[in-house]
Formats: sequence, C-alpha cells, structure tokens
Amino acid sequence: MQFDVIFEPAILKLFWQGILVSLQLLCISVSIGGLISIPMAIMRVSSNRWISTPVWLYTYVMRGTPMLIQVYLIYYGVAQLDIVQNNWDTVALFKPFKDALFCCVLAFTLNTCAYTTEMLAGAIRDTNHGELEAAKAMGMTPWQAMRRIILPSALRRTLPAYSNEVIMMLHGTSLASTVPALMDITNAARSVYSDYYLPFEAFITAGVIYLTLTFTLVGLFKLAEHRWLAYLQPRKA
Amino acid sequence: MSIKLSVENLHKSYGTHEVLKGVSLTANAGDVISIIGSSGSGKSTFLRCINMLERPHAGRITVAGEEMKLVTARDGMFKAADERQLQMMRAKLAMVFQHFNLWAHMTVLENIIEAPVNVLKLPKDEAIARARKYLDKVGLKEVEDKYPAHMSGGQQQRVAIARALAVEPEVMLFDEPTSALDPELVGEVLRVMRALAEEGRTMVVVTHEMAFAREVSNHVIFLHKGVIEEQGDPKEVLVNPQSERLQQFLKGSLK
Repeated sequence: MQFDVIFEPAILKLFWQGILVSLQLLCISVSIGGLISIPMAIMRVSSNRWISTPVWLYTYVMRGTPMLIQVYLIYYGVAQLDIVQNNWDTVALFKPFKDALFCCVLAFTLNTCAYTTEMLAGAIRDTNHGELEAAKAMGMTPWQAMRRIILPSALRRTLPAYSNEVIMMLHGTSLASTVPALMDITNAARSVYSDYYLPFEAFITAGVIYLTLTFTLVGLFKLAEHRWLAYLQPRKA
Repeated sequence: MSIKLSVENLHKSYGTHEVLKGVSLTANAGDVISIIGSSGSGKSTFLRCINMLERPHAGRITVAGEEMKLVTARDGMFKAADERQLQMMRAKLAMVFQHFNLWAHMTVLENIIEAPVNVLKLPKDEAIARARKYLDKVGLKEVEDKYPAHMSGGQQQRVAIARALAVEPEVMLFDEPTSALDPELVGEVLRVMRALAEEGRTMVVVTHEMAFAREVSNHVIFLHKGVIEEQGDPKEVLVNPQSERLQQFLKGSLK
C-alpha cells in the first residue's frame, strides 16, 4: 500500500475539489428537488385526476428507471442533440446544457424530486384525520389547514425517510463520474488510479470520504429530528 | 332570551340508510343540552352536521341569528354556498372531539393560539393572553411548551377545551368528550365542563355520562334511530322516562 501518494499536495487538492463538486451536486439537487417536491406532493394527493395523474406519471417514470440512464439521457442525449448544440449560444433554454455540471444537476434533481414527492405525498395522506377535522372545525380554510397543519406535520414525519434519500443521493452523485468533464470524488479517485495504478489506495480514499460525509449528514439529520420531531419522542423525565 | 343555535328538521343519509330523519334542536343562551342514545342512534352524526363536518341532506342551521347558507351539491348533500361564511360560523361553533384531535406537532400554546391568530386574525400577544386565561380556566399550569403526546388524556382533552374556548364561540359542541378517557381521568374533564356550564356557556354535549346529563344539563334529548324519541328536563326525562326505548336504554346504562 502506498498511501503516501494520496497525501501529495496535488492529489489532496484533486480530492478536495472532488469533494466540492460532489457536495455542490448534492446540495443543489436536493435543495431544488426538495423545494419542488412540496407543490408536487400537494398535487399528487389532489382529488382532481387532471392534477394528480401527471405527477404520478412523472414519479412512476423517474422511480422506475436507473438514475444512470437519466444522466445519460440528459448528458449524452439532450445535450448532444444538434438542435440543442447548434442553438445553445442563442436560445436561453438550451444554454445551460453546455455545462456538464448542469446536466448532472438536472438529472439528479428530477430524480430526487420524484422520490421526495412520493415520500411527502405518503406523509400527507397519513395525516391524522382527526387533526384535519379539528382544523376544519376551528374555521380554517382548506388552504390554511394544508399550510398550517398538514404540511408542517407531513414535512416533519418525512424527515427520517428523507435523510435516507439525501444519503442515497450523496452516493448517487458518484454517477456524475460517468460524465468525463466532471471531477467529483469518484472521478478524482479514478484519475489517481489510472495515473498511478493504485486501485485500493485511490478507491479506499474515495470510500472513506463518502463515509465521512455520510456520517456528517446522519449527524445533521439527527439534530434536525431532535429539533422538529421532539413531539414524537418519549417524554423527558 | 336569545337563541344561540337552532337546527331545524335535519336529514342525513348514508346511501339508502337514513341516519337522521328530521332532527331539530334549539339552544338558548346558557343552555346545556345533552344528547343521549345508543350507538348508531345518529347522535354524533347530528352534532357533526351542525358544523358541516358531515354534510346533511336537508335542514336549516342558524347560529346566533345567522343562517348558514347551504345549497344542494350534485351528490344530493348540502354544501356551503359561501365557504367564508361557513368558516366564520364554524369558529362560532367550536368543537371538542372524542379523541381530542390536538395538532400533535404543535405545543399546547401553539395549539390554542392557532385559530385565534389565523382564523380570527387576533394579534399574537392578545391570543397568547387569551390562551393563558383559558388554560388557567381548565386548570392546567406549566404545560404551555409541552407537546400533546407528552400529556395524559385528561390533560389533552382539557387543552382541547381551552383551544375551543379561545375562539370565544357562541356555542360549544362536545362529541363524547370523555369516551376515550380512562375512568379516573373522566372526572377532571367533567369538572371543567360543569364549570363552563355554570358560567352560562351554551353547550351541546353528546355523551354517555348519565350523571352529567342529569346534573349539569338543563335539557336532554334522547335520539333513537335518527328521531328524537323523547326530550325535556333531564330530571324528569331521565327519572321518569315515558317511552319504552328510553326505559330500556336507561336500564342498560343506569348509574
């Protein structure tokens, strides 16, 4: 084992930049995906089929196909279309596809948004019926009941499952390494591996980095659950 | 004496099964009306129709002189013609539920100020002052920051009563408020309700507590299969029931 190679400044810098890229991918996609999932979940539970069916279809497709395929479809598919490439300097809609990071973020966002929508929609459906009745009986409008009672409660109850989703997404960002232009943690490891032919050193380092990030996330979610799910925890003495 | 609540000729069916066959009720200010009857008699449904948690098929509901605007929807049941009016009327008819139905993710104080702040648009500090006043009234101290799940059933129900009081309703509706409680916790809730009755609040109470019906209410309604079988002064109706149904019912639950 030649771990001293890993600790050369240039390699450390490579991994550090990989961490930044991976975290950037993760943060952008889970925050945008998470925000969009809130209105999507509300639409998903709508009794109006014209509203709920498109969302159902979207989550069905996104959850039914591997994220790698989605990355490929956007980066090697949409972004390589002639109509996109020929016009991306003039048409604002196509411009972002020039950027490999954007292509990955788009795929990841669409993916995590679908999973989060289903989780949140499930939590909304599971809202205690009595609590909703109480909201109505106190004179709240349906929208007030959604905003003040159902959503705050559903978001809290989604938190434990959502922490899993974020961790799965962190690991999922390694799929960005299939896009050659993106130096995420996995790609950094791959380049170390190919330059020095040190597979174990390179990939163990990547693994340790993912592990550290994962447990940091787990810790953050524990804090969040402590803060927002206090009402479900056993009473303190 | 002013009429706080009048319900006229209320009808409600589930499919072909008619659960309320024209039930009426009038509550003057300060009246405490107990509705009794065996399960399936329609008493909870009747109470829940008053604030439109269940949609009746026919009837008239008037709260403090204001008639609820109702129209028949496509499914044959009533719906509110004016959602805004329904919401304001519901706030005048605060309800206490069998299973308390407190909002679990909110603290006691947040539960109580929610409707005053968001429905009545009261300033927050005023709502908090109100909440404290009514928490005191239901005999709860130092619970403001607790979550419902961390309290006993009796305490939760008293919080729910404080929550209902905080909108300062014209009429309070109680849907079997002690039925989900352990026997030793029933007393604390009934004591609070008795104190409210003595204050002159107008209350309609669906209950199995015959002692409460007899001693606290001034009018009792016995519902059987969707019709009022017998009603009147509890001291007469419950002591000297005229109808065979009520005699049977009281024999089964006499305390």
